[in-house]
Amino acid sequence: MPKLVVTRRDGSGRAVEADANHSVMEIIRDNGFDELLALCGGSRSCGTCHVFVDPQFVDCLPSMSAEENDLLDSSDHRRPNSRLACQIPFSDALDGLRVTIALED
Amino acid sequence: MEWPDMIERYDIVIVGAGHGGTQAAIVLRQRGFAGSIALIGDEVELPYERPPLSKEYLAGEKPFGRILIRPESFWGERAITLLLGQRVIAVEPEAHRVALSDGTAIGYRTLIWATGGRPRRLSCAGHDLKGVHVVRTRADVDAILDELDGSSRVAVIGGGYIGLEVAAVLNKLGKSVVVIEAQPRVLSRVAGESLSRFYEAEHRARGVDLRTSAVVECIEERRGRVCGVRLADGAVLPADLVIVGVGIVPEAAPLLAAGAAGGNGADVDAFCRTSLADIYAIGDCAAHESRYAYGARIRLESVQNAHDQATVVANALTGQAEVYDAIPWFWSNQYDLRLQTVGLSVGHDDIVVRGRPETRSFSIIYRHRGRVIALDCVNATKDYVQGRSLLRSSRLVGTEALSDTNVPLKALA
Repeated sequence: MPKLVVTRRDGSGRAVEADANHSVMEIIRDNGFDELLALCGGSRSCGTCHVFVDPQFVDCLPSMSAEENDLLDSSDHRRPNSRLACQIPFSDALDGLRVTIALED
Repeated sequence: MEWPDMIERYDIVIVGAGHGGTQAAIVLRQRGFAGSIALIGDEVELPYERPPLSKEYLAGEKPFGRILIRPESFWGERAITLLLGQRVIAVEPEAHRVALSDGTAIGYRTLIWATGGRPRRLSCAGHDLKGVHVVRTRADVDAILDELDGSSRVAVIGGGYIGLEVAAVLNKLGKSVVVIEAQPRVLSRVAGESLSRFYEAEHRARGVDLRTSAVVECIEERRGRVCGVRLADGAVLPADLVIVGVGIVPEAAPLLAAGAAGGNGADVDAFCRTSLADIYAIGDCAAHESRYAYGARIRLESVQNAHDQATVVANALTGQAEVYDAIPWFWSNQYDLRLQTVGLSVGHDDIVVRGRPETRSFSIIYRHRGRVIALDCVNATKDYVQGRSLLRSSRLVGTEALSDTNVPLKALA
């Protein structure tokens, strides 16, 4: 199974097995990382599943919709490699993807 | 009532395994709470998200496993004891114990009441016929799905968010849908008239037979099953399936019977404490004074409110007491329309429409004495995000500036 490497806000983290049919948000949530709120359940409505993506992978990810971009603007912690985890469908091509959970706003 | 011998005590007992109850348990563990936690839910299901019930789950776009709040293993790993398929039928605040529907009782040090609400039912003739449904639980929606294949005409009673979301999904599934709203416009309880008119037009353009000022007289029966809805004006709308979405009734009866202040839910203070010692209430059933409603005591039926009140309580129980003061927000998805709401529009004295509804991307801005108090943003996420800062700033903002889509809202905050 492909792996997703998740880093918590305190710097700790681990690699988890990732289901290629799920979003990165679902994989983080289902592997016991409580910090990711993901309040709207992945319907691109809230912006609370903010992660920083390993810059090496930024180009492999689907492009960002205007809504995702606008929601990320609501964060004081936005960086060039910011994404909403619910908007990244995991795939075999993303094996080894590293994401860091962004600070809470 | 007769109390059974105590079988178990927990440091924290959470009643209700919806968004509020589960969030309270999750945050308690996140903050390092080491005591015992029991989470009581009246459904047999593992805790799941409710918003998809009227959207992706009904549409068959997301299987149940994907709307679980956490996978099954999570609860055991966090030492959160799930007591599912159980209802609390009585509370004894002095003895710090609750009686469960299976005849047992459990004790608590702290009780968090997070039971939400049950769907309001119709009282007219035929309200309990086979084929009449509500949308609150997975079981409710599964019952609809079971009958959907054999149904081509669906009557949705109630033009609130649940009713309209269900109408949108069933319309997309090819059903012939009629929406029956008793008020002169849909969403009358939660939104301004411009938004109501916009959604009415959108539904009608897609073929939904949407009727306002239409009062249900009774549900018509044929062979023990629903066959139509009769209106007060005598019209009969044929229907194979009736879905009732006319709001919820907060579930707080055992608490109120135990002496908690309240009536429309349980009254809570700014820390979500009820009037009973060591008992908190959160979510849909918690009546709190909100500065977003000019200090009025209100209940909010939203994931945001359940979640943020849960966090307030979990923080208080782990030594970080803070008042509940979160800005209300909400979302609703119908067709390709993504509505995001921030603030509460109740009490507004004027409305500014920003952008043109015919472009299907616009915002409705509600003001009270010149200050922005809420925004309903349709396919306008930027306004939703920036409108928050406008709400916080409480500056007086002119109509011209608000309606000029070339001026970003954050420039006005």
